[in-house]
Amino acid sequence: MQRLKSSITLLGLGLLAASPLAAADPAPTQVGFVYVSPVGDAGWTYQHDQGRKEMEKALAGKVTTKFVENVPEGADAERVVRQMITGGAKIVFTTSFGYMNATEKVAVAFPNNFFFHATGYKTGKNMGIYNARFYEGRYLCGVIAGKMTKSHIAGYVAAFPIPEVLQGINAFTEGMRSVDPKAEVRVIWVNSWFDPGKEREAALTLISQGADMITHHTDSTAVVQAVEEKHKENANLYSFSYHSDMSKYGPKSCLTGTTHLWGDFYTRVVKEVMAGTWKGTNVWGGMKDGMIKLAPLNAAVPAPVKTLVVKLEKEIIAGKLHPFDGPVIAQDGKELVPKGKSMTDAELGGMNYYVKGVASTLPKN
Amino acid sequence: MRYLSPLLAVALMLICGMVLFKVLGKSPVEGFKVFFLQPMADRYSVAELFLKATPLMLCAVGLSVGFRGNVWNIGAEGQLLVGALAGGGLALHFPNSQSPFLLPAMFMAGALGGMLWAAIPAWLRTRFNANEILTSLMLVYVAELMVSWLVHGPWKDPDGFNFPQTRMFQSKAILPVLVEGTRVNAALVVALGALVVGWIFMNRSFLGYQMKVSGQAERAGRYAGFSARRTVWLGMLIGGCCAGLAGVSEVAGPIGQITEHISPGYGFAAMIVAFVGRLEPVGIFFASLLMALLYMGGEQAQQYLGLPYSISKVFQGLLLFFLLGSDVFIHFRLRLDRGRK
Amino acid sequence: MAPGLVSAVLFATVVAGTPLILTALGELVTEKSGVLNLGAEGIMSVGAVAAFAVTIHTGSPLLGVLAGMVAGMAMSVLFGFVALTLQANQVASGLALSIFGVGLSAFVGKPYESQTLESVPPLKIPLLSKIPVLGHALFEQQALVYVSWIMLLAVAWFLYRTRWGLVLRAVGETPVAAHAIGYNVLRIRYLAAMFGGAMAGIGGAFLSVFYTPLWVEGMVAGRGWISLALVVFATWRPLRVMLGAYLFGGAMITQMFVQGSGLRLDIPAQFLSALPYLATVVVLVLISRNRSTIRLNSPASLGQPFMPDA
Repeated sequence: MQRLKSSITLLGLGLLAASPLAAADPAPTQVGFVYVSPVGDAGWTYQHDQGRKEMEKALAGKVTTKFVENVPEGADAERVVRQMITGGAKIVFTTSFGYMNATEKVAVAFPNNFFFHATGYKTGKNMGIYNARFYEGRYLCGVIAGKMTKSHIAGYVAAFPIPEVLQGINAFTEGMRSVDPKAEVRVIWVNSWFDPGKEREAALTLISQGADMITHHTDSTAVVQAVEEKHKENANLYSFSYHSDMSKYGPKSCLTGTTHLWGDFYTRVVKEVMAGTWKGTNVWGGMKDGMIKLAPLNAAVPAPVKTLVVKLEKEIIAGKLHPFDGPVIAQDGKELVPKGKSMTDAELGGMNYYVKGVASTLPKN
Repeated sequence: MRYLSPLLAVALMLICGMVLFKVLGKSPVEGFKVFFLQPMADRYSVAELFLKATPLMLCAVGLSVGFRGNVWNIGAEGQLLVGALAGGGLALHFPNSQSPFLLPAMFMAGALGGMLWAAIPAWLRTRFNANEILTSLMLVYVAELMVSWLVHGPWKDPDGFNFPQTRMFQSKAILPVLVEGTRVNAALVVALGALVVGWIFMNRSFLGYQMKVSGQAERAGRYAGFSARRTVWLGMLIGGCCAGLAGVSEVAGPIGQITEHISPGYGFAAMIVAFVGRLEPVGIFFASLLMALLYMGGEQAQQYLGLPYSISKVFQGLLLFFLLGSDVFIHFRLRLDRGRK
Repeated sequence: MAPGLVSAVLFATVVAGTPLILTALGELVTEKSGVLNLGAEGIMSVGAVAAFAVTIHTGSPLLGVLAGMVAGMAMSVLFGFVALTLQANQVASGLALSIFGVGLSAFVGKPYESQTLESVPPLKIPLLSKIPVLGHALFEQQALVYVSWIMLLAVAWFLYRTRWGLVLRAVGETPVAAHAIGYNVLRIRYLAAMFGGAMAGIGGAFLSVFYTPLWVEGMVAGRGWISLALVVFATWRPLRVMLGAYLFGGAMITQMFVQGSGLRLDIPAQFLSALPYLATVVVLVLISRNRSTIRLNSPASLGQPFMPDA
């Protein structure tokens, strides 16, 4: 009798323990993605979509995915997110800052679903945030630029002066000046994440004003293509891409780029949700977490520079090197971070200035 | 025939759409269901339909008054933005206000803001003879840049981690929701009110009559003493007023703050709505709902059919084309015998 | 300013202004015949995607430009059918065309979005390109830039020095009289609209094949609307189209140069970006003050449907 009771109890406990797994097993979990721009742009959304595909492959059979692209960041976003949920998605990733309030509202309305918002700052019981330390890649690109520049002038085509963009500009500048103290970075703001015509004009403007290391924080391949074209006339002109590996658009002149890799993160997080072990996400991952990686270096990069970059990359991953290690001086001369310390995450998040070495004025407000 | 022709246009558009779905390898029936029926599937979706139609209705009724008077206000988008800035700015200026007058004041401010922005092309036209198509269009870009400057700078939320947005408006500055669990808000009432006022103005007031005549037969209007100047001013100001109201309804409604994404082109889409609604308030009501349906259908088509969002625009263009084509039956009567006059 | 810098600014201005000139010239001819076609944005988009696709598949930019031209003409025939044959409201028809064209091009162009083209080398004119400063700016451009100048002269010559130009203008001024004399108003307007579509198609092709050799939806980015505004700005006179296009393009380029020069200016960047639009308005106002200029040049029957037997 006792044996029967205990085996039934054991069985019962076993079933109880297995039930969350059993619940997750049968129907595949649907995961939705909300994109702010077209997938084919070889940029921000393209990389997220690559991540989605990787996650789908890694969890084949257990998940299905769907996405909506070109979702405007205004009032429509809330409806799209909500309809993803009512359409069957258990988890939704919203991949642009402008979706923050919409994601929050829907997360509150649907407490049994899970929401992840990229590049934002609001979290919730069932809402996590994620971001990547793009500036780490920028720093390394800056180092390469500093080593290879002949004119000591770099050009930066940028979209909007938000912290993330400024982190990139400043990190690039810090990197470049760490090996070339004479270097200066000039910035042109195109006021659009995506306008190939303007981006190209900006790149050409910078080139004609003497910049020979060009990079961008915009969504199209126009800057890389413009540099590739001009490279024919001036073999010292090189570019660094952003978001994706754009070497096919600049085979001779694109030295490398800061690529975003979301696949591992997506896979990990979805697995946690499915297993019921998700406890919250506030991820700001860098090279250490495999979320940022430099694209393969162009053959034009000399061997000693390659070695240096590999070494620095290892140091960043090991936590020994931080792109904003003190001393960090602002453009107006004020010391922001003293020698021996590094900039904190909070300081990074509130960045609204240029560091010394950026030779342009921040759009004054 | 007047009422049949829009229906004919819709029918043609649907047929064309089904053909399009077939060509793209999707089942036409499935396509029809996803695009046209799913956006009306539940209470939330229908409410969203009205929510999205509201700014379209507001802008379109204002524009239609001007269009009737041959005043081509292409700048409604800019007037919408300035209205949003004016109304939203008021809310930001009085962050602790609990007054029930705040919202009405915001709407008035928005209307004034839109009118101010429309007054510029009106003045340039009446004083310097500068064509309002160009001036109102250029001012759209200027308005966009103004919004950008404000949210990146003076009006940026100090607690917003430096992102280009103002702080969220306080609860008294947000439009009350009409139906629990949805987003449709009191702006719908304002829009319907604008439709009624618009109808009265155009069909029952002498001013409205003057504008109609000036628009259709300028010389006759001038001969009768109708002031061309007044037509221009009224046309632009009314358009600006309505667009400004639409702007406030967006920032005090679903958005709740001022950002760089206040309008996905409502000012331009409203021009189509005005025409499809044949410049009449009743027509505009239905046309704005149809337009909202096309937008939402595009979203559904992406999720369920895997079709790109641009298919919405294809449908919108087709709809307008078919409507314009079907109008031929209104303007002309088909006669089998072409000899006699 | 260093001569190299002046040259670079002029060069970039010419490039930026070229698609505007091409499209605006086409629209000018269309409007001179009395037809108002607001669909330029849609026609440019369709021209751009057609040109890009054909160039990808055939490897020939020339075929691409021709494809853009044909696509533009097809769009304008659609417009003509609705606005001229069916006599629908021209403003609405043009709007429909612009929205339809942008959507259609985005739709059709999806598979081409991540593809790239070899950039086309500029066509340098032998002796003239050696002129200091101006040589590089004016004579080391793409072939289509020279085409735009030729078209400026050709359109001006056609409109004001040939018989058919006169007929076209008459059709725009007093279609009833032209009809009475025996000219087929409808056919002339169709042809004018088709010319407009062809030019806008070429303008779009310039953007996607030569300017930034890629295709992405929305890449026309409002240039069609600007071109329409330029026709008004130019008070329907061809050579003034060039002034407007380069003024506008130049203002956009200059503000970029100012930004990139490292000059410390305490002006918000958005204000600098707004300058081209404001400048256009100011110049328009200055030009429009003279009422007779407007009356002389704007086609009297612009936008009005023509009913032959009314």
